[in-house]
Formats: sequence, C-alpha cells, structure tokens
Amino acid sequence: MEALLDNFWVVLLGKVVIIATLIPVAGLAVGFAELKLSAKMQNRVGPYFAGGRWGWAQLLADGIKFFQKEDLIPEDADEPVFKFAPALVLLGTVALFVVVPFGPGLIVQDLDIGIFYALAISSVSTIGVLMAGWSSANKYSLIGGLRAAGQLIAYELPLVLATVGVVVMAGTMSLDGIVQAQAGWFSETGWTGGMPFVIPQLIGFGIFFIAALAELTRTPFDMPIAESELVMGYLTEYSGFRFLFFFLAEFSNMFTLSAIAATLFLGGYWAPFVPDDVLQWAGPIILIAKVAVLVFIIIWFRWTFPRLREDQLQTLAWKFLIPLALLNIVATAILKVVI
Amino acid sequence: MTFADWLSEPVNWVYLAIGAAVVASAFRVVTSQNVVHAALYLVATLAGTAGLFLMMSAEFVAWTLVLVYIGAVIVLFLFGIMITRAPLNVEPGLDNPKARPLAAVVSLSLFVLLAYTSLQAFGSDQLTDVGTPTDTVTLAESLIGRFVLPFEIVGFVLLAALVGGITIARRDLTPLEEEERGAV
Repeated sequence: MEALLDNFWVVLLGKVVIIATLIPVAGLAVGFAELKLSAKMQNRVGPYFAGGRWGWAQLLADGIKFFQKEDLIPEDADEPVFKFAPALVLLGTVALFVVVPFGPGLIVQDLDIGIFYALAISSVSTIGVLMAGWSSANKYSLIGGLRAAGQLIAYELPLVLATVGVVVMAGTMSLDGIVQAQAGWFSETGWTGGMPFVIPQLIGFGIFFIAALAELTRTPFDMPIAESELVMGYLTEYSGFRFLFFFLAEFSNMFTLSAIAATLFLGGYWAPFVPDDVLQWAGPIILIAKVAVLVFIIIWFRWTFPRLREDQLQTLAWKFLIPLALLNIVATAILKVVI
Repeated sequence: MTFADWLSEPVNWVYLAIGAAVVASAFRVVTSQNVVHAALYLVATLAGTAGLFLMMSAEFVAWTLVLVYIGAVIVLFLFGIMITRAPLNVEPGLDNPKARPLAAVVSLSLFVLLAYTSLQAFGSDQLTDVGTPTDTVTLAESLIGRFVLPFEIVGFVLLAALVGGITIARRDLTPLEEEERGAV
C-alpha cells in the first residue's frame, strides 16, 4: 500500500478518478437544490415522482434522457468548433477543483500560486462560450455569446482585484495557506479562534460574490441567456449530451466558485475553536456546509432580483466595482504596513 | 550528450510533442482562411507555450500567459471579430500572396535575432532545480527589488498606450449630439 501511494502515476490516476466522480455529483446536487428551492420559493412541489422520495432521481433521469437524444448539429454550423466548445467550457470548471482544499492535506495539488491558477484557468471557459455562440450559425447564439464575453471580461477584473485584498492579508496565494492564515490570525496574542477574512474584507467579499454571480451568468446577470429575448443565447442550438456538458459546467461551477469564495473569505475547511484532529475528518463537511449556504444565496438571488439591463451591467462593473476594488486594495495594503 | 541520449528521456518526448503542436498550430494561424479559426489556433499556440513554461517550472509565467493572453487578449480578439464580421465560411481574401516575401524576411530576421540573443545570453547553460517552481515571494522580491526600474518603465509605457488608445477611440461629440445625449 505504501509503495503504491508513492507511485506518482497511481496517485495521479486516483486523483483524476475522484475528481471525475465528484464533479457530476456536485453538479447534480446543486442542480437538484435549484429545482427544489425554486419550487419552494414559488409555492410548488417541484420534482416529485422520480426515485421514490422527493424526486431525488429527477436529474439522473434527465441526464439519461439527454444521452439518448440525437446529437444534432445545425447544417450551417462550423462543426469542429461547435463540437469542441462544450468540452472547453467544462474543462475550465473541472480544472478549478485542483486547488480547492477540502481539509488539511486533502487537496489535489496545493499550488504556490493557487488562487492565481484558479482565476487563470476559469477564464478559459470564456473562449468556449464565444466558440459556442459563433459556431452555431444562429444570430441569437452569436448575440448571446457576445454578451457573455463582454460580461465575463468586465467582471473578471473585479473578481481578480477582490482576491488581491485577501492575498495581501494572508501573504500567500496558496489556497491552503490562506486557510492557515485565517486559522492563525491573532495567534500571537494567545487568541485561538482565528478570524475569517470576511470580517476585515467585507467589501472584498461583496465584490467577489457579485462578480462571481456575473461569471456564472446567474440572475441578475443572465443577459447572455435571457430567454425572453435571445431564446437561450449561446445554448440555443445545443441539445443532447453537449447541452448536458454546459448544464453540468454551470452547476459544478456554482459549487467550485462558492468553494473558492468560502476558502478565501469564510475560512474554508476551518471553523473557529474546532481542534485540529477533528478538522482532519470534519474539514470537508465544514467546507461543504459553507458552500451550501453560498449556493442557497445564489439560488435565492435568482428569484429575488430582476435581470439587469446590458448597460446597467457594464456600468456596475466598470464604474462601481472596479474602482471600489482598487480602493479596497489600497486600504488593505496601507493597513497591512501600518498595523 | 548525443541526440539518442537526449531522446531516451521521456520528458523530452513531452517537450517534442508540445513543441510540434505549438509549431503546427502557429502555422495554421497564418494559413487558415477563416479569421475565427486563426484566433482559435492562436489559443492552441499560447496554451502550448504555457505548457513549455510549465515544463521549465515557470509556473507564474505560464499561468500569466493563460490569464492575460488566452483569457483576455484572445477573448477581446474574438469579441472584436464577432462584433464586426464573423463569416462562418472561408475568406479567400485573407490569403495575401503578395505579402509573402516581406513576411518571410520579417519572420526570418525576428527568428535569427531571438535565436542569436538567446544563445548569447544562455549558451549551453542548463536549468537548475527543474521541478521546484520559484515561489511567488522570491519572484515578487526580484521584480520589485532588482528589476524595479524596468518594471516601472513598462508600467509607464503601458499607461501611455492606454491613454493613447482611449484618445484615439473616443471621438468628441458635436454640440448637437451632446444635446441628444443629454435629452435621453
């Protein structure tokens, strides 16, 4: 066993298998939460029959249905680009899982530049969205793709800038290091409770959360797939398992971005006054509980806020969030030196 | 070290595979007769280059390449192409045989210049510590410490380019247009 765990390729294969099972599970769980919570908020029952109780197997059934469907490709579409786009979107999501720490030592690979890697790799999805919009040979798809790209560019900046405050405070870009920094805050005074960075970085957390919502193209930022004007945006021409790819990417992206937000601002797998040996096994549970709260808020937003208009959306990012994020960095850096 | 020795190491196969992919997709960038395809091949080229940087343990450079070039520059390219004209079929006008001799001269001289300066600077030096990426603190200290002047100069030039870009792109409104804008 020991020898087996030392083999790089065996460990790599194990990690790949774990991630490949975790992503559909996380995606299905978030998707099911969305169905049920939306139903609750609209005073409906929601999925009920599939699986026997609460309709828990609804999304599994949906997934199987998608696989059975014909793989339709529009006649005028640019076939290779059209086929490859969903894979690229899913890649940007899957690769994010690499740096999320689920517990002490429970991380696929703790990169020294962790958060930077996460931001870089998640920006790859934008290319996939543009490819999908363009190659569909459909004007709704193209406009949807363009809106998505414009939005993702605008909100990537506040997303990156909001994390800078946390990185300055923690003094490291490794996500595990950021959790340790929160756990060990004030430790020189004998205080063992630590401090989640959401307290000093409340503005940063707000900016990060709004920008993450926009990156996920969730309401109130769902202009790219505004069904009342663009049919389904860049997803219009997709069906079958390629649509499933987008669907899975959206829901597991909700999970990963919430996990990264929880790690950066809410302490990740750490919770105050929990001893280290308990954290060893309770870490994933604590993280997933925090993620669940954030995912709930994201779904809640969907049924609370109306959709922003395209110009309001751009104004919010460029004229409000980015200057605020820059001020936040300046203030954090000054306080870091002064205190 | 003979070529056979060099080839016997698996890591060099990876290097060859990535290098071949980079060269092939770079070739397709210029030969492709569809603008969007050319931009997408450029993505492949840049991703391969990021892979080569990763092989040299230059993590930060590799991911900067992904974040800035793939995630922002190419996205803006595609955005610009698609917002103006984005034909799905091939455009024969993209192939310009008249410009080929000039292009050959420019690219050859650039290649010679880069090859010469790299050989002059590094010769047959070998990378030490491959496999342990430079940690960010060391990188930041050298950037803000030893190389602070070039760093600041680059920042200044970029700021000037930004201001210039805005000045060119922004057309001053005529009084009539300004009135209309105000009325809306």
